[in-house]
Amino acid sequence: MLRAHLDRRLGDFHLSARLEAGRAETLVLVGESGSGKSTVLRLLAGLLRPDAGRIALDDTVWFDAAAGVELPPWRRAVGWVPQDYALFPHLTVGENVAFGLRSAGAPAQATWLAVRRTLERFGIADLAARRPGELSGGQQQRAALARALALEPPLLLLDEPLAALDVTTRRSVRAELRRLLESLPCVTVFVTHSPAEALVLGDRIAVLEGGRVAQDGPREELLRHPRSGYVAELMGLNLFRGRVVSRAPGGVARVAVGGATLMAMDPGTEDEVFLLVDPREVTLHLGSPAGSAQNLLRGAIAEIVPEPPQGDRLRVVLASEPPIVAEVTAQAVAALALRPGLEVTAAFKATGVRSYR
Amino acid sequence: MARGAPGVRAVALRIATGLAAGVMLALLALPLAALLLRVPPERMLARIGEPVVLAALRLSLITSLAATALVVVLGLPLAWLLATHTFRGKRALELLVDLPMVLPPTVAGLALLLAFGRAGLAGRALSACGVTLPFTTAGVIVAQVFMSAPFFIVPARAGLASVERRYVDAAATLRADPIRTFFHVLLPLARPSLLASVAMSGARALGEFGATITFAGNLPGTTQTMPLAVYLALQTDLQAAVTLSVMLVILSMALLLGLRAVPTHALWRPSDAARASR
Repeated sequence: MLRAHLDRRLGDFHLSARLEAGRAETLVLVGESGSGKSTVLRLLAGLLRPDAGRIALDDTVWFDAAAGVELPPWRRAVGWVPQDYALFPHLTVGENVAFGLRSAGAPAQATWLAVRRTLERFGIADLAARRPGELSGGQQQRAALARALALEPPLLLLDEPLAALDVTTRRSVRAELRRLLESLPCVTVFVTHSPAEALVLGDRIAVLEGGRVAQDGPREELLRHPRSGYVAELMGLNLFRGRVVSRAPGGVARVAVGGATLMAMDPGTEDEVFLLVDPREVTLHLGSPAGSAQNLLRGAIAEIVPEPPQGDRLRVVLASEPPIVAEVTAQAVAALALRPGLEVTAAFKATGVRSYR
Repeated sequence: MARGAPGVRAVALRIATGLAAGVMLALLALPLAALLLRVPPERMLARIGEPVVLAALRLSLITSLAATALVVVLGLPLAWLLATHTFRGKRALELLVDLPMVLPPTVAGLALLLAFGRAGLAGRALSACGVTLPFTTAGVIVAQVFMSAPFFIVPARAGLASVERRYVDAAATLRADPIRTFFHVLLPLARPSLLASVAMSGARALGEFGATITFAGNLPGTTQTMPLAVYLALQTDLQAAVTLSVMLVILSMALLLGLRAVPTHALWRPSDAARASR
């Protein structure tokens, strides 16, 4: 179990975060560059000292500003895989993997047995005598993971391990990594700027925004109940903040969102609520839609963005009041001749608007 | 007209560049050629066996090797400190390290005399311990250390500082304390520039003249190194002076060539990483 409370100023930037992750759990830190993700890993590894706070793994305190405890990085049990892997260029892959074991004082014979076992586990036993400079990106990533895991650390820190790979390698390596993380007994903290990676790999997800944890919880919780516009945007969802105006029979409520009023599922008694709309529930029309959708928002198309994982779907951002994103098929975009600047109506049902406190 | 002007200027610039480079090269090459052509090789070989020449050669080799070893052992920690730490007074310290590079050697010799001479700042304490530096072989070594140290420390510091932080960090997370990190990561990665620094300071120690003659004198067999012997021979025996000079040139060239022979695979170039990730 990892419990960390980290506080650190770096120039104008102020990181202040509380993080928790259980044994065998993967905590994904997701956020844009500059949100403080890598800094969190450096603080956990001991490569950077917090101004205040506490870091404890199970019963071992690694850092406690109040108690004056600070273990140097080489006395903490972390496996750290930085973004560019930082494999030692003057050592072979095998020597790289052996480095930590040798530092820990393992005898030569035991070291080489462990190295071979680790290399075999990662399928790179045949690369043992190569230098990192001779490896492909994917092979380097495996070597870096092997090096970090050779000592079986109770805490594994991964800093954007997929960012340095090209797109085709990335997808297969991501699946591989997911299987690996599921099999590991240690706590893993995984940093990424990609919501897709966060959703695939994270048991828990903490969203970092400007050095703060905007929201933190199990993956499902973040998908079902995002609590900030930033988190919703990362998850690809429409989120509105509104006030219940009146409640109608049939479990539906009228909610004022800015100047507009939306029909939503009745949240119960609360008056300040979040409204969540899945962009796939939103349809686009050139004129007035004929269907039964109770919510209509009219506005000009601000931009049309392809949605990477499914190439045939596009996200259409509407400058309506409030602004909304619809996810539609490429065929629909072609059939309606959608283009930026065109006035359209977005329609969605009240049952497609989930509300929660 | 307007079109022709840049062309004319480009040609003029090319001629001027070529001329300047030619004059510079001639200035560098002519003295060397004069030296090498002055005495026929067989005559030179015959003179190498002379006791004065041999004594100077022996003394030069011993003192410059000892000085270089001292510079490395004492200078490497300082280079590391300057490369990896920031502290108050660092600027002043850097200035102090750089100073011997720009100091006239005779001034350095005088300063050494005032510091370590019999009546000097530290000289009295030294002679109380039975150590005498001026006009001894040990004094020659001290003069060489003083003059050649910056030629090691400055580039060695740059070499250590150029080792990327991520390697040092990775070592720290792999249970390596700073000492293991220094010997197994920092030193091997900085090896090419460290070797170059050693060669530079070694060459400087070998050629040291001014500070040595001021501080240690010119006693054959004890403090008369090759550069001093060249100067002395110049007054009486030009052929001996030339012979000694040619030997110095050969030694210095050997150092330079040895430097070139440092295997390039010991160098880590970022382009290797770029090639690998492609």
